[in-house]
Amino acid sequence: MLKKRVIPVMLWKDVGLVKGVGFDSWRRTGTILPQIRVYNLRCVDELFLLDIAATIEGREPDYETIRDVAPECFVPLTVGGGIRTLEQVGRLLLAGADKISLNSEAYSNPGLISSIARRYGSQCVVVSIDARRTVSGYECFSHSGSRATGIRPVEWAIEAERRGAGELLLTSIERDGTMTGYDLELVKAVSEAVRIPVIAGGGAGTFEHLLEALVTGGASAVAAASMFHFTQQTPLEAKEYLAARGQPVRRFRTEAGERRATR
Amino acid sequence: MKILIIDYGLGNLASVRRAVEECGGDSLVSALPADIARASHLILPGVGAFADGMSLLRERGWVEPLKAAVRNDRIPLLGICLGMQLLADRGDEGGESEGLGLVSGVVERLRPAGADERIPHVGWNAVHQVCPDPLFAGIPDETDFYFVHSYAVRPGDPSVVIGTTPYAGDFVSVVRSGSACGVQFHPEKSVPAGFTLLRNFLAVS
Repeated sequence: MLKKRVIPVMLWKDVGLVKGVGFDSWRRTGTILPQIRVYNLRCVDELFLLDIAATIEGREPDYETIRDVAPECFVPLTVGGGIRTLEQVGRLLLAGADKISLNSEAYSNPGLISSIARRYGSQCVVVSIDARRTVSGYECFSHSGSRATGIRPVEWAIEAERRGAGELLLTSIERDGTMTGYDLELVKAVSEAVRIPVIAGGGAGTFEHLLEALVTGGASAVAAASMFHFTQQTPLEAKEYLAARGQPVRRFRTEAGERRATR
Repeated sequence: MKILIIDYGLGNLASVRRAVEECGGDSLVSALPADIARASHLILPGVGAFADGMSLLRERGWVEPLKAAVRNDRIPLLGICLGMQLLADRGDEGGESEGLGLVSGVVERLRPAGADERIPHVGWNAVHQVCPDPLFAGIPDETDFYFVHSYAVRPGDPSVVIGTTPYAGDFVSVVRSGSACGVQFHPEKSVPAGFTLLRNFLAVS
Protein backbone atom coordinates (compact mmCIF):
# COMPACT_ATOMS: atom_id res chain seq x y z
CA MET A 1 0.00 0.00 0.00
CA LEU A 2 1.20 3.48 -0.84
CA LYS A 3 2.17 5.37 2.29
CA LYS A 4 0.71 8.64 3.45
CA ARG A 5 3.44 11.26 3.53
CA VAL A 6 4.40 13.90 6.07
CA ILE A 7 6.21 16.74 4.32
CA PRO A 8 7.98 19.64 6.02
CA VAL A 9 7.85 22.79 3.89
CA MET A 10 10.78 25.20 3.90
CA LEU A 11 9.94 28.71 2.74
CA TRP A 12 12.85 30.67 1.45
CA LYS A 13 13.08 34.42 1.22
CA ASP A 14 16.19 36.50 0.59
CA VAL A 15 19.00 34.52 2.19
CA GLY A 16 17.23 32.35 4.70
CA LEU A 17 14.21 30.32 5.66
CA VAL A 18 11.13 32.00 7.02
CA LYS A 19 7.66 31.16 8.22
CA GLY A 20 4.71 33.52 8.44
CA VAL A 21 1.05 33.67 9.28
CA GLY A 22 -1.49 34.05 6.49
CA PHE A 23 1.34 34.52 3.95
CA ASP A 24 2.59 37.54 5.93
CA SER A 25 4.51 38.48 9.11
CA TRP A 26 7.57 36.43 8.21
CA ARG A 27 9.84 35.15 10.96
CA ARG A 28 13.29 33.80 10.29
CA THR A 29 13.61 30.09 10.97
CA GLY A 30 17.19 29.35 9.93
CA THR A 31 19.30 28.49 6.92
CA ILE A 32 18.65 25.80 4.33
CA LEU A 33 21.52 23.34 4.61
CA PRO A 34 21.46 22.72 8.37
CA GLN A 35 17.73 22.24 8.18
CA ILE A 36 18.01 19.71 5.34
CA ARG A 37 20.59 17.77 7.36
CA VAL A 38 18.30 17.60 10.36
CA TYR A 39 15.44 16.40 8.17
CA ASN A 40 17.74 13.75 6.61
CA LEU A 41 18.50 12.40 10.06
CA ARG A 42 14.83 12.36 10.94
CA CYS A 43 14.11 10.43 7.74
CA VAL A 44 11.26 12.71 6.68
CA ASP A 45 9.29 11.46 3.69
CA GLU A 46 10.20 14.38 1.46
CA LEU A 47 10.87 18.11 1.56
CA PHE A 48 9.53 21.16 -0.23
CA LEU A 49 11.70 24.25 -0.71
CA LEU A 50 9.69 27.17 -2.01
CA ASP A 51 11.23 30.53 -2.89
CA ILE A 52 8.36 32.83 -1.97
CA ALA A 53 10.03 36.04 -3.16
CA ALA A 54 11.19 35.06 -6.68
CA THR A 55 7.96 35.66 -8.58
CA ILE A 56 7.15 38.87 -6.74
CA GLU A 57 10.63 40.23 -7.39
CA GLY A 58 10.54 39.01 -11.00
CA ARG A 59 13.57 36.78 -10.40
CA GLU A 60 14.46 33.43 -11.91
CA PRO A 61 14.88 30.44 -9.63
CA ASP A 62 18.22 30.54 -7.78
CA TYR A 63 19.91 27.60 -9.49
CA GLU A 64 23.18 28.08 -7.61
CA THR A 65 21.57 27.62 -4.24
CA ILE A 66 19.60 24.60 -5.44
CA ARG A 67 22.78 23.09 -6.84
CA ASP A 68 24.41 23.51 -3.43
CA VAL A 69 21.62 22.16 -1.26
CA ALA A 70 19.68 19.62 -3.36
CA PRO A 71 22.37 16.93 -3.49
CA GLU A 72 22.58 17.06 0.31
CA CYS A 73 18.92 16.15 0.54
CA PHE A 74 18.63 12.36 0.78
CA VAL A 75 14.88 12.37 0.47
CA PRO A 76 12.89 13.76 -2.47
CA LEU A 77 13.10 17.52 -2.85
CA THR A 78 10.49 19.62 -4.59
CA VAL A 79 11.60 23.11 -5.58
CA GLY A 80 9.29 26.00 -6.39
CA GLY A 81 9.27 29.75 -6.85
CA GLY A 82 9.82 31.91 -9.91
CA ILE A 83 9.47 29.14 -12.51
CA ARG A 84 8.22 30.49 -15.85
CA THR A 85 9.71 28.33 -18.60
CA LEU A 86 10.45 24.74 -19.58
CA GLU A 87 14.13 25.63 -19.78
CA GLN A 88 14.13 26.77 -16.15
CA VAL A 89 12.56 23.47 -15.13
CA GLY A 90 15.33 21.60 -16.94
CA ARG A 91 17.97 23.65 -15.11
CA LEU A 92 16.34 23.00 -11.72
CA LEU A 93 16.15 19.26 -12.35
CA LEU A 94 19.79 19.25 -13.39
CA ALA A 95 20.63 21.24 -10.26
CA GLY A 96 19.16 18.38 -8.24
CA ALA A 97 15.47 19.09 -7.75
CA ASP A 98 13.40 15.92 -7.94
CA LYS A 99 10.17 17.70 -8.70
CA ILE A 100 9.24 21.26 -9.37
CA SER A 101 6.32 23.19 -8.02
CA LEU A 102 4.50 25.59 -10.32
CA ASN A 103 2.17 28.26 -9.04
CA SER A 104 1.75 31.84 -10.38
CA GLU A 105 2.94 31.23 -13.96
CA ALA A 106 0.52 28.33 -14.43
CA TYR A 107 -2.49 30.67 -14.26
CA SER A 108 -1.33 32.87 -17.13
CA ASN A 109 0.37 30.07 -19.06
CA PRO A 110 -1.36 26.76 -18.24
CA GLY A 111 0.29 25.20 -21.31
CA LEU A 112 3.51 25.17 -19.28
CA ILE A 113 2.05 22.38 -17.11
CA SER A 114 1.54 20.26 -20.23
CA SER A 115 4.92 20.97 -21.70
CA ILE A 116 6.74 20.08 -18.46
CA ALA A 117 4.66 16.90 -18.15
CA ARG A 118 5.46 15.92 -21.74
CA ARG A 119 9.17 16.61 -21.44
CA TYR A 120 9.91 15.35 -17.93
CA GLY A 121 6.85 13.30 -16.99
CA SER A 122 3.80 14.18 -14.92
CA GLN A 123 5.43 12.89 -11.78
CA CYS A 124 7.80 15.82 -11.57
CA VAL A 125 5.14 18.54 -11.90
CA VAL A 126 3.50 19.66 -8.70
CA VAL A 127 0.95 22.40 -9.18
CA SER A 128 0.76 24.50 -6.05
CA ILE A 129 -2.61 26.10 -5.37
CA ASP A 130 -2.96 28.84 -2.77
CA ALA A 131 -6.61 29.47 -1.97
CA ARG A 132 -8.67 31.49 0.43
CA ARG A 133 -12.34 31.79 1.21
CA THR A 134 -13.93 34.90 -0.29
CA VAL A 135 -17.55 36.14 -0.18
CA SER A 136 -18.31 34.21 -3.34
CA GLY A 137 -16.59 30.99 -2.26
CA TYR A 138 -13.04 29.70 -2.51
CA GLU A 139 -10.68 31.49 -4.87
CA CYS A 140 -7.11 30.83 -6.04
CA PHE A 141 -4.46 33.49 -5.45
CA SER A 142 -1.12 33.84 -7.24
CA HIS A 143 2.10 35.73 -6.39
CA SER A 144 2.46 34.30 -2.87
CA GLY A 145 -1.18 34.92 -2.07
CA SER A 146 -1.18 38.57 -3.15
CA ARG A 147 -3.17 38.45 -6.41
CA ALA A 148 -6.70 37.20 -6.88
CA THR A 149 -7.11 35.08 -10.00
CA GLY A 150 -10.90 34.76 -10.14
CA ILE A 151 -10.42 31.00 -10.50
CA ARG A 152 -12.00 28.44 -8.18
CA PRO A 153 -9.66 25.84 -6.66
CA VAL A 154 -11.75 22.81 -7.66
CA GLU A 155 -11.94 23.95 -11.28
CA TRP A 156 -8.26 24.82 -11.34
CA ALA A 157 -7.33 21.46 -9.79
CA ILE A 158 -9.28 19.62 -12.51
CA GLU A 159 -7.64 21.77 -15.19
CA ALA A 160 -4.16 21.19 -13.74
CA GLU A 161 -4.76 17.44 -13.66
CA ARG A 162 -6.08 17.46 -17.23
CA ARG A 163 -2.95 19.30 -18.35
CA GLY A 164 -0.64 16.76 -16.76
CA ALA A 165 0.08 17.82 -13.19
CA GLY A 166 1.29 14.84 -11.15
CA GLU A 167 0.36 16.21 -7.74
CA LEU A 168 -1.28 19.21 -6.17
CA LEU A 169 -0.06 21.13 -3.13
CA LEU A 170 -3.18 22.81 -1.81
CA THR A 171 -2.59 25.56 0.75
CA SER A 172 -5.21 27.49 2.64
CA ILE A 173 -3.96 31.07 2.87
CA GLU A 174 -6.00 32.05 5.90
CA ARG A 175 -5.07 28.90 7.85
CA ASP A 176 -1.37 29.21 6.96
CA GLY A 177 0.78 29.61 10.06
CA THR A 178 -2.20 29.65 12.44
CA MET A 179 -1.71 26.05 13.60
CA THR A 180 -5.51 25.80 13.98
CA GLY A 181 -5.98 22.91 11.55
CA TYR A 182 -6.31 22.48 7.80
CA ASP A 183 -9.29 23.86 5.88
CA LEU A 184 -10.87 20.41 5.63
CA GLU A 185 -13.75 21.54 3.43
CA LEU A 186 -11.27 22.84 0.85
CA VAL A 187 -9.06 19.75 1.07
CA LYS A 188 -12.04 17.43 0.70
CA ALA A 189 -13.54 19.33 -2.24
CA VAL A 190 -10.28 19.25 -4.19
CA SER A 191 -9.32 15.67 -3.25
CA GLU A 192 -12.69 14.41 -4.44
CA ALA A 193 -12.45 16.31 -7.71
CA VAL A 194 -9.17 14.82 -8.95
CA ARG A 195 -7.44 11.45 -9.20
CA ILE A 196 -3.89 12.77 -8.64
CA PRO A 197 -2.44 12.99 -5.11
CA VAL A 198 -3.39 16.06 -3.12
CA ILE A 199 -0.99 17.37 -0.46
CA ALA A 200 -2.88 19.34 2.18
CA GLY A 201 -1.15 22.50 3.38
CA GLY A 202 -1.84 25.46 5.62
CA GLY A 203 -2.85 25.22 9.26
CA ALA A 204 -1.29 22.09 10.77
CA GLY A 205 -0.58 22.55 14.47
CA THR A 206 -1.15 19.13 16.00
CA PHE A 207 -0.89 15.48 14.96
CA GLU A 208 -4.66 15.32 15.06
CA HIS A 209 -4.82 17.95 12.31
CA LEU A 210 -2.65 15.74 10.12
CA LEU A 211 -4.93 12.78 10.74
CA GLU A 212 -8.03 14.84 9.88
CA ALA A 213 -6.57 15.97 6.55
CA LEU A 214 -5.88 12.35 5.59
CA VAL A 215 -9.11 10.83 6.89
CA THR A 216 -11.75 13.56 6.55
CA GLY A 217 -10.02 15.56 3.82
CA GLY A 218 -8.96 12.53 1.75
CA ALA A 219 -5.47 13.96 1.19
CA SER A 220 -2.58 11.71 0.10
CA ALA A 221 -0.02 13.68 2.08
CA VAL A 222 0.20 16.45 4.64
CA ALA A 223 2.50 19.44 4.52
CA ALA A 224 3.46 21.38 7.62
CA ALA A 225 5.90 24.13 8.50
CA SER A 226 5.10 26.09 11.70
CA MET A 227 4.33 22.88 13.54
CA PHE A 228 7.85 21.57 12.94
CA HIS A 229 9.62 24.94 13.24
CA PHE A 230 7.91 26.40 16.29
CA THR A 231 6.83 23.41 18.40
CA GLN A 232 8.60 20.40 19.84
CA GLN A 233 6.66 18.02 17.58
CA THR A 234 8.79 16.14 15.05
CA PRO A 235 7.88 14.47 11.74
CA LEU A 236 8.90 11.11 13.20
CA GLU A 237 6.50 11.45 16.13
CA ALA A 238 3.81 12.60 13.72
CA LYS A 239 4.18 9.35 11.81
CA GLU A 240 4.13 7.27 14.97
CA TYR A 241 0.87 8.98 15.91
CA LEU A 242 -0.61 8.36 12.44
CA ALA A 243 0.57 4.74 12.39
CA ALA A 244 -1.04 4.09 15.78
CA ARG A 245 -4.33 5.31 14.30
CA GLY A 246 -4.25 2.98 11.36
CA GLN A 247 -2.69 5.27 8.76
CA PRO A 248 -0.18 3.62 6.44
CA VAL A 249 3.10 5.50 6.91
CA ARG A 250 6.51 4.29 5.89
CA ARG A 251 8.58 2.11 8.11
CA PHE A 252 12.33 2.21 8.24
CA ARG A 253 15.21 1.57 10.52
CA THR A 254 17.12 4.39 12.08
CA GLU A 255 20.90 4.30 12.16
CA ALA A 256 20.68 2.46 15.45
CA GLY A 257 18.82 -0.32 13.68
CA GLU A 258 15.71 0.32 15.68
CA ARG A 259 12.46 -0.05 13.80
CA ARG A 260 10.31 3.05 13.93
CA ALA A 261 7.04 4.22 12.55
CA THR A 262 5.79 0.79 11.64
CA ARG A 263 2.38 0.40 10.08
CA MET B 1 38.22 2.41 -11.06
CA LYS B 2 35.19 4.63 -10.96
CA ILE B 3 31.50 4.38 -10.34
CA LEU B 4 30.36 5.79 -13.68
CA ILE B 5 27.14 7.76 -13.59
CA ILE B 6 25.85 8.00 -17.13
CA ASP B 7 25.01 11.53 -18.22
CA TYR B 8 22.75 11.35 -21.25
CA GLY B 9 20.96 14.62 -20.63
CA LEU B 10 18.10 13.42 -18.44
CA GLY B 11 17.80 13.03 -14.73
CA ASN B 12 18.99 13.81 -11.32
CA LEU B 13 22.71 13.29 -11.62
CA ALA B 14 23.83 15.46 -8.72
CA SER B 15 21.72 13.55 -6.21
CA VAL B 16 22.90 10.18 -7.47
CA ARG B 17 26.51 11.33 -7.41
CA ARG B 18 26.20 12.72 -3.88
CA ALA B 19 24.52 9.54 -2.66
CA VAL B 20 27.25 7.35 -4.22
CA GLU B 21 29.92 9.48 -2.52
CA GLU B 22 28.09 9.27 0.80
CA CYS B 23 28.09 5.48 0.35
CA GLY B 24 31.86 5.47 -0.15
CA GLY B 25 31.98 5.21 -3.96
CA ASP B 26 34.43 7.11 -6.17
CA SER B 27 31.99 8.57 -8.69
CA LEU B 28 32.44 9.96 -12.16
CA VAL B 29 29.58 11.67 -13.95
CA SER B 30 30.32 11.32 -17.64
CA ALA B 31 28.80 12.07 -21.01
CA LEU B 32 31.54 10.09 -22.80
CA PRO B 33 30.83 6.42 -23.56
CA ALA B 34 34.60 5.82 -23.72
CA ASP B 35 34.74 6.33 -19.95
CA ILE B 36 33.12 2.90 -19.53
CA ALA B 37 36.66 1.55 -19.81
CA ARG B 38 37.49 3.28 -16.49
CA ALA B 39 34.39 2.00 -14.70
CA SER B 40 34.03 -0.75 -12.13
CA HIS B 41 30.28 -0.06 -11.87
CA LEU B 42 27.74 1.71 -14.07
CA ILE B 43 24.71 3.63 -12.93
CA LEU B 44 22.01 4.61 -15.41
CA PRO B 45 19.77 7.19 -13.75
CA GLY B 46 16.90 8.98 -15.42
CA VAL B 47 13.78 11.00 -15.08
CA GLY B 48 11.48 11.47 -18.02
CA ALA B 49 9.83 9.64 -20.86
CA PHE B 50 11.11 6.35 -22.31
CA ALA B 51 11.27 7.54 -25.93
CA ASP B 52 13.26 10.67 -25.00
CA GLY B 53 15.62 8.60 -22.87
CA MET B 54 16.35 6.09 -25.62
CA SER B 55 16.79 8.68 -28.32
CA LEU B 56 19.27 10.57 -26.12
CA LEU B 57 21.18 7.35 -25.35
CA ARG B 58 21.33 6.60 -29.07
CA GLU B 59 22.32 10.13 -30.12
CA ARG B 60 25.12 10.21 -27.58
CA GLY B 61 26.47 6.82 -28.51
CA TRP B 62 25.76 4.91 -25.29
CA VAL B 63 23.62 2.04 -26.58
CA GLU B 64 26.22 -0.36 -28.00
CA PRO B 65 28.94 0.37 -25.39
CA LEU B 66 26.45 -0.26 -22.56
CA LYS B 67 25.27 -3.53 -24.08
CA ALA B 68 28.85 -4.68 -24.55
CA ALA B 69 29.86 -3.68 -21.01
CA VAL B 70 27.06 -5.77 -19.52
CA ARG B 71 26.97 -8.72 -21.92
CA ASN B 72 30.67 -9.18 -22.60
CA ASP B 73 32.47 -7.63 -19.65
CA ARG B 74 29.84 -8.35 -16.97
CA ILE B 75 30.24 -4.90 -15.43
CA PRO B 76 27.57 -4.36 -12.76
CA LEU B 77 24.95 -1.91 -14.04
CA LEU B 78 22.23 -0.37 -11.89
CA GLY B 79 19.31 1.30 -13.65
CA ILE B 80 17.31 3.69 -11.50
CA CYS B 81 13.68 4.59 -12.29
CA LEU B 82 13.64 5.43 -16.04
CA GLY B 83 17.11 3.86 -16.10
CA MET B 84 15.55 0.54 -15.03
CA GLN B 85 12.88 0.84 -17.70
CA LEU B 86 15.45 1.53 -20.43
CA LEU B 87 17.01 -1.89 -19.71
CA ALA B 88 13.87 -3.55 -21.13
CA ASP B 89 13.18 -4.54 -24.75
CA ARG B 90 10.77 -1.73 -25.54
CA GLY B 91 8.48 0.95 -24.16
CA ASP B 92 5.59 3.03 -25.39
CA GLU B 93 5.86 6.23 -23.34
CA GLY B 94 6.16 9.09 -25.81
CA GLY B 95 5.72 6.76 -28.83
CA GLU B 96 6.83 3.15 -29.08
CA SER B 97 10.56 2.66 -29.09
CA GLU B 98 13.13 -0.03 -28.64
CA GLY B 99 15.01 -0.27 -25.32
CA LEU B 100 18.47 -1.58 -24.45
CA GLY B 101 17.19 -5.15 -24.36
CA LEU B 102 19.35 -6.12 -21.37
CA VAL B 103 16.37 -7.34 -19.35
CA SER B 104 13.57 -9.24 -21.05
CA GLY B 105 10.34 -7.24 -20.84
CA VAL B 106 8.30 -4.29 -22.00
CA VAL B 107 7.51 -1.02 -20.27
CA GLU B 108 3.84 -0.26 -19.82
CA ARG B 109 1.74 2.41 -18.18
CA LEU B 110 0.50 1.48 -14.70
CA ARG B 111 -3.24 0.86 -14.51
CA PRO B 112 -4.96 1.75 -11.24
CA ALA B 113 -6.29 -1.44 -9.64
CA GLY B 114 -8.83 0.27 -7.40
CA ALA B 115 -10.65 3.53 -6.82
CA ASP B 116 -8.04 4.62 -4.27
CA GLU B 117 -5.12 4.27 -6.60
CA ARG B 118 -3.78 7.25 -8.44
CA ILE B 119 -1.25 7.46 -11.25
CA PRO B 120 1.56 8.55 -11.15
CA HIS B 121 2.51 6.28 -8.29
CA VAL B 122 4.26 8.79 -6.04
CA GLY B 123 5.58 8.15 -2.58
CA TRP B 124 6.87 5.50 -0.23
CA ASN B 125 5.88 1.95 -0.91
CA ALA B 126 7.08 -1.51 0.04
CA VAL B 127 9.34 -3.82 -1.92
CA HIS B 128 8.45 -7.46 -1.54
CA GLN B 129 11.60 -9.50 -2.10
CA VAL B 130 10.57 -12.31 -4.44
CA CYS B 131 13.98 -13.91 -4.54
CA PRO B 132 17.20 -13.21 -2.62
CA ASP B 133 19.61 -10.81 -4.25
CA PRO B 134 22.86 -9.23 -3.03
CA LEU B 135 21.27 -5.79 -3.56
CA PHE B 136 18.97 -6.43 -0.60
CA ALA B 137 21.54 -7.77 1.86
CA GLY B 138 20.57 -6.49 5.30
CA ILE B 139 17.36 -4.87 4.07
CA PRO B 140 14.22 -6.39 5.61
CA ASP B 141 11.47 -7.65 3.34
CA GLU B 142 8.68 -5.10 2.75
CA THR B 143 10.95 -2.12 3.39
CA ASP B 144 9.61 1.12 1.91
CA PHE B 145 11.40 3.03 -0.83
CA TYR B 146 10.54 6.23 -2.64
CA PHE B 147 8.78 5.84 -5.99
CA VAL B 148 7.72 8.40 -8.53
CA HIS B 149 6.65 6.99 -11.90
CA SER B 150 3.72 6.24 -14.20
CA TYR B 151 5.24 3.31 -16.09
CA ALA B 152 6.80 0.02 -15.05
CA VAL B 153 8.55 -2.99 -16.57
CA ARG B 154 6.42 -6.03 -17.39
CA PRO B 155 9.01 -8.81 -17.63
CA GLY B 156 8.97 -11.27 -20.47
CA ASP B 157 10.69 -13.83 -18.27
CA PRO B 158 9.67 -14.30 -14.61
CA SER B 159 13.22 -15.24 -13.63
CA VAL B 160 14.34 -11.60 -13.87
CA VAL B 161 11.96 -10.51 -11.08
CA ILE B 162 13.71 -9.73 -7.78
CA GLY B 163 11.09 -7.55 -6.14
CA THR B 164 7.50 -6.45 -6.53
CA THR B 165 5.47 -3.60 -5.09
CA PRO B 166 1.80 -3.75 -4.13
CA TYR B 167 0.32 -1.10 -6.41
CA ALA B 168 -1.52 -1.16 -9.73
CA GLY B 169 -2.06 -4.88 -9.16
CA ASP B 170 1.56 -5.56 -8.07
CA PHE B 171 4.16 -4.23 -10.43
CA VAL B 172 7.76 -5.35 -10.77
CA SER B 173 9.98 -2.93 -8.88
CA VAL B 174 13.36 -4.73 -8.99
CA VAL B 175 14.85 -6.79 -11.83
CA ARG B 176 18.12 -8.52 -12.51
CA SER B 177 19.53 -10.21 -15.59
CA GLY B 178 23.20 -11.10 -15.39
CA SER B 179 25.18 -8.09 -14.23
CA ALA B 180 22.35 -5.65 -15.07
CA CYS B 181 19.87 -4.81 -12.39
CA GLY B 182 17.24 -2.16 -12.09
CA VAL B 183 15.16 -0.55 -9.37
CA GLN B 184 12.00 1.40 -10.09
CA PHE B 185 12.41 3.42 -6.89
CA HIS B 186 15.02 6.04 -6.06
CA PRO B 187 17.63 4.63 -3.66
CA GLU B 188 19.40 8.01 -3.64
CA LYS B 189 16.25 9.54 -2.17
CA SER B 190 15.30 6.71 0.17
CA VAL B 191 17.54 7.23 3.17
CA PRO B 192 18.33 5.04 5.09
CA ALA B 193 17.43 1.78 3.23
CA GLY B 194 18.29 3.21 -0.18
CA PHE B 195 21.83 3.88 0.95
CA THR B 196 22.17 0.31 2.19
CA LEU B 197 21.12 -0.84 -1.28
CA LEU B 198 23.68 1.44 -2.98
CA ARG B 199 26.42 0.14 -0.68
CA ASN B 200 25.37 -3.40 -1.58
CA PHE B 201 25.56 -2.56 -5.29
CA LEU B 202 29.03 -1.05 -4.87
CA ALA B 203 30.14 -4.15 -2.96
CA VAL B 204 29.38 -6.41 -5.96
CA SER B 205 32.30 -6.75 -8.33
